[in-house]
Amino acid sequence: MGMTVVEKILARATDQPHVKAGDVLEPRVDLAMSHENGALVINQFQEIYQGTGLQARVWDPDRIVLIFDHRVPAESAKTATNQKKVREFVAQQGIKKFHDIRGDEGGICHQILPENGYILPGQVVVGTDSHTTSHGALGAFSFGIGATEMASVWTLGRILNVEVPGTIKVEVHGHLQPYVLPKDLILHLIGRISAQGANFKVIEFHGPAIEGISTSGRLTICNMAVEAGATSGIVPTDAETVRYLHEEAGVEGTVEVLRPDADAVYDKVIEIDASILDPQLACPHTVDNVKSIQEVAGKQVNQIVIGSCTNGRLDDIRIAAQILEGKKVARNVRMLVFPASARIYRQALKEGTLLTLMEAGAVVMNSGCGPCLGVHQGALADGDVALATTNRNFKGRMGNPSAEVYLCSPAVAAASALTGKITDPRKGA
Amino acid sequence: MSKVVLKLGDDVSTDIIYPGRFMATVLPTETPQYAFADLVDFNTRVKKKEIQPKSVIVAGSNFGCGSSREQAASCLKGPDFIVIARDFARIFLQNSINLGLNTIICPAIEADEGDELEISATQVVNETTGKSFELVPLPRARQAIIDAGGLIPYTRQRLLQAKK
Repeated sequence: MGMTVVEKILARATDQPHVKAGDVLEPRVDLAMSHENGALVINQFQEIYQGTGLQARVWDPDRIVLIFDHRVPAESAKTATNQKKVREFVAQQGIKKFHDIRGDEGGICHQILPENGYILPGQVVVGTDSHTTSHGALGAFSFGIGATEMASVWTLGRILNVEVPGTIKVEVHGHLQPYVLPKDLILHLIGRISAQGANFKVIEFHGPAIEGISTSGRLTICNMAVEAGATSGIVPTDAETVRYLHEEAGVEGTVEVLRPDADAVYDKVIEIDASILDPQLACPHTVDNVKSIQEVAGKQVNQIVIGSCTNGRLDDIRIAAQILEGKKVARNVRMLVFPASARIYRQALKEGTLLTLMEAGAVVMNSGCGPCLGVHQGALADGDVALATTNRNFKGRMGNPSAEVYLCSPAVAAASALTGKITDPRKGA
Repeated sequence: MSKVVLKLGDDVSTDIIYPGRFMATVLPTETPQYAFADLVDFNTRVKKKEIQPKSVIVAGSNFGCGSSREQAASCLKGPDFIVIARDFARIFLQNSINLGLNTIICPAIEADEGDELEISATQVVNETTGKSFELVPLPRARQAIIDAGGLIPYTRQRLLQAKK
């Protein structure tokens, strides 16, 4: 019986020839990432060592990554103190993969990991953030865990008692039409299978449409796999994976190509025809409340957000700039742009993309999670409607339970910024 | 006997259980004050410590979906709630087991606020309505952690074994 990609990864991480869905394993962890909640992980880590007489040392400082992104620069004394605690821990433990609040190497964790070449196909990656599913875009088995689980990983270098998840195969035929983007594809899938349609499963993505999507777009897709409840999304390694790692992530040498066996066993197969997809929106207040743009076009909006770990990469910012070039953001709309990393920010700065956006009326903010989770910057007023390229629209998500959040692609966000209403980017394109 | 003090529907996200704007608060001793902060009446009762330990929150399917924030589990562990849901989202369930929050998977559960429940290892009996509902065991992969009293003591045992 053949294996899926994740089964192959877990077999290797446990030194076994074969594993199957349902097996309970303790795989080695290749990379363990935390952001500001590293402060809580540190508490739990120290508690594990309490009373043992042992000095609290992480299992391997080179496999731990710490990144500040959720509240940067700190919005409160409490956050600043948490960040300080993480900084001290990083120094004390000799952790080198640390990304502080900086304009040269800072940014959102799910962009920092791939762009620095930290992620490789075949790795087991865990992060104290649910959107750690993103890194399946590079063929890693990558999933979110809680802070105490991470403290256990920091101690033992393994993740304990993992049940090998079953895999859903998603086969995407055809190709996306102009101004229909990877975000529309993943929103469509979530709408189709629901917010719990892939609970405790992995979604393995295949087909010509996926092969034609760049790593940036694959990151968008795997990022939101968790919004269907998936443990992880994964794209089997191909030529694009190798290109990205060599050309954009600074990885040298051979990149392993990891594909599922032809006779791998899947829980189910879902087929999508990409070529007939319209732009999609997730409507308030659940990510699976997905509608085609025709059904919601014309809805007035107050704030547009382009950015986040889902859609804050260069191609996302570029398509927005292309739509807004020489035009103006509507007077009754605030448009906020958050590049996903300082590197992306500088690239967009150099090529003039940010200038185009600012001349149109957008406000360009520093790299970070921004308003996505409602803790910092860009809070909404009572009754406000936000249109965002982020990944969640739960009630209260952007800091106000009396506001509404719609999720969409950067093309829909930019086209809507011009009119102040939800607008199909294909109109007038 | 445990009383149902809150009844919720499907897909209750961690943003509802513990809104993101309070995430800078991490200590389990401090998180309960923000439990269900946007359900103001319920939150007020939690803050005033008006709710008995072992009171029950009943929910539909996919309880705890969304963020990995552990505060969503620790804020319910502090007041010693029992959470009975039709099923749970993965990370929330793991966080709950790791911290020792009592989570019960009961796919057919029917109970309203004010109902009194008798909970055993295999079923929930709603004493108010007279109906009983079977439980689904927690994922077997996690049993060793439950038996050890949570992931911290379990990891500590494993650490000490490895050092021997």
